[in-house]
Amino acid sequence: MNITKTLDAKGLACPMPIVRTKKAIEEVNSGEVLEVVATDAGAKSDLTAWTKSSGHELLETKEEDGVYTFYVEKG
Amino acid sequence: MSEQKKTNIILFSGDYDRAMAAYIIANGAAAYDHDVTIFHTFWGLNALRKDEKLRPSKTFMEKMFGKMMPRGAEKLPLSKMQFAGMGPKMIKNVMKKHNAMPLDDLISMAQEQEITLLACTMTMDLLGLKEEELLDDIKYGGVAAYISEGEDGAINLFI
Repeated sequence: MNITKTLDAKGLACPMPIVRTKKAIEEVNSGEVLEVVATDAGAKSDLTAWTKSSGHELLETKEEDGVYTFYVEKG
Repeated sequence: MSEQKKTNIILFSGDYDRAMAAYIIANGAAAYDHDVTIFHTFWGLNALRKDEKLRPSKTFMEKMFGKMMPRGAEKLPLSKMQFAGMGPKMIKNVMKKHNAMPLDDLISMAQEQEITLLACTMTMDLLGLKEEELLDDIKYGGVAAYISEGEDGAINLFI
């Protein structure tokens, strides 16, 4: 997987991970992958719902020691 | 993507916690690419007040109202556990620990995300609030302004 951009959203609380992700995805091109790293436990369902409704694709999710990593391909 | 969806929130309440909820939902909806409007009426107008002391010309009653109401977002009371002012202090401490954004930051974030902040002019008159006392770059309107946004809203909330 080719990661074009990484967003560090660690330590941010709702609604910031999603607000920042939205801004970051605007900076990549369609088909490119944005990596989002977050620690907010709600981010998992938030990111999943957000990608689905905004036309992007969540390629993969990882969770390690309370750190969530998401790979979003821009639609 | 399909046509842009709309989220409309009526903020009637002047409680810090309720206003926070309203602004978190609004910012989230903006991240969903919704066209978002927060319509501030009655006590919700206090969230838009500037925190500095201004002296616009007012009637006696209007001055009294102005003194009795909180001046700005960070001065709003909590809906529960106010404890004569201790509650908001405690919750703001906890919020800092959890990296939750305070209400004034949520409001700036909303403006940055181009959320429309609308103040109800009828209730501004009732409470004696003048335009110069409220934040810059907000809009003014009445029930029709809300309905025109709300009638095709995907999400309509009254808080």
